[in-house]
Amino acid sequence: MSSLNIPVYLDYSATTPVDERVAKAMSDCLTLQGNFGNPASRSHVFGWKAEDAVTEARKNVATLIGANPKEIVWTSGATESDNLAIKGAAHFNVKKGKHVITMKTEHKAVLDTCRQLEREGFEVTYLDPEENGLLDINKLASAIREDTTLVSVMHVNNEIGVIQDVAAIGALTRSKGIVFHVDAAQSPGKVALDVDAMNIDLLSLCAHKAYGPKGIGALYVRRKPRIRIEAQIHGGGHERGMRSGTLATHQIVGMGEAFRLAHEEMEEENKRVEALRDRLYDGLKDMEEVYVNGDLEQRIPGNLNISFNFVEGESLMMSLKDIAVSSGSACTSDSLEPSYVLRALGRNDELAHSSLRFTLGRFTTEEEVDFTIAEVRKAVEKLRDLSPLWDMFKDGVDLDTVQWAAH
Amino acid sequence: MAYSDKVIDHYENPRNVGKLDADANNVGTGMVGAPACGDVMRLQIKVDDNGVIEDAKFKTYGCGSAIASSSLVTEMVKGKTLDEAAAIKNMEIVEELALPPVKIHCSVLAEDAIAAAIADLREKRGEAKAESAA
Repeated sequence: MSSLNIPVYLDYSATTPVDERVAKAMSDCLTLQGNFGNPASRSHVFGWKAEDAVTEARKNVATLIGANPKEIVWTSGATESDNLAIKGAAHFNVKKGKHVITMKTEHKAVLDTCRQLEREGFEVTYLDPEENGLLDINKLASAIREDTTLVSVMHVNNEIGVIQDVAAIGALTRSKGIVFHVDAAQSPGKVALDVDAMNIDLLSLCAHKAYGPKGIGALYVRRKPRIRIEAQIHGGGHERGMRSGTLATHQIVGMGEAFRLAHEEMEEENKRVEALRDRLYDGLKDMEEVYVNGDLEQRIPGNLNISFNFVEGESLMMSLKDIAVSSGSACTSDSLEPSYVLRALGRNDELAHSSLRFTLGRFTTEEEVDFTIAEVRKAVEKLRDLSPLWDMFKDGVDLDTVQWAAH
Repeated sequence: MAYSDKVIDHYENPRNVGKLDADANNVGTGMVGAPACGDVMRLQIKVDDNGVIEDAKFKTYGCGSAIASSSLVTEMVKGKTLDEAAAIKNMEIVEELALPPVKIHCSVLAEDAIAAAIADLREKRGEAKAESAA
């Protein structure tokens, strides 16, 4: 078997393939011969069996984050979890205050939910990260007000892979009696989580970034001290009234199995993936004018976000047609705006346009990394030969002094 | 994004990449766009004694459509007089390359590049500036 699979998939932060073992567990929950019952059916064995499977999955998810299984609420994914946590907590605590704090580098699921709160009359403070992408805890401390009811900070950034010090944030919010929500969509299997030690009150999770299926996620909701949230989806009172809707047994079982594997294999997998990521970086870092975006130490093992100055990201991806990566370039987005995350780091627009995100994972091989290094070097060289900016740089022109006609 | 075969062809085999002597009296240089916007085109044209464009070179920083648009433009202007070249409209580029709506600005930039190169050449030669202001 060759270990070079073309096209090479290096976009594990976008989504992951479902692990074969997970797919097997899921397919056992679908057909007449399988565990197809409704977990809410109390009156027969089909329901009981399905409920057992859901309970097992709940335990596996809870174990990975150091929670009690009763604190896990199933949702359709991290976006729904973020909505439920942020709107749910802000609305429930509206009598205490209407101020929420978050960061500019959050996922859109958090930012857009906060925008909605603003439309409803809440005030939201969006904190800037430091240049390395990390939050200065002192900036958070000074942003907290009397009427602050919720702080929402992501654990692992989806674009640059940096890991926020959520334990430090949790200690601060707990001491102030403020609800602390963490978007941990990118964390499972990559960095350890302990909701008690970190004083996290609400935590968003999803399965598909950790070799589970798409369309399933969970929200951790702390019981002691009890955190109360307002439901966003009403119905049959499932999940203790916090999220109604028939539980999708096969999806839940898939998430449970994926998280069980993540718990078991995390340590070894991270060592392997980190070695591959370092191999990739070592293969590129001697090129001229390359810049890593985000802190290299406080970072998940599988992420390399790197800007190739004077080369535009989308055209670079076009040259890398046998490699699946993503870019912070404007041209890859419908909005024609370069990555707001890179801009929040203080990166200039040029470097944001020139960025590529490589995310490696469980099935990435050494051969794939070596192939990628060779292809990237070739493509960057080709595009720099085509780039008037590279010409100017080589001629010693300071591009910041040129009068450009913005368009 | 799915590109047309023509964009891919121009992107993979760009025509007339390079640099002409910007100081030569028969060379006009147009540089348009901005790095912050994600695209910069440099188009250069060289005219013969009859005022016909005999050579054109480009370099472009930008997406695949921007590179293809400027590559195509170098082909289009060759053999044309300055007035003929100035009459090239961005929609011709859009149609030839089948650019999607979100990439139309690339063709506009290419049209601007032609105008800027012609203006530079005319200014060098002391021709009417009013005309070159576009």
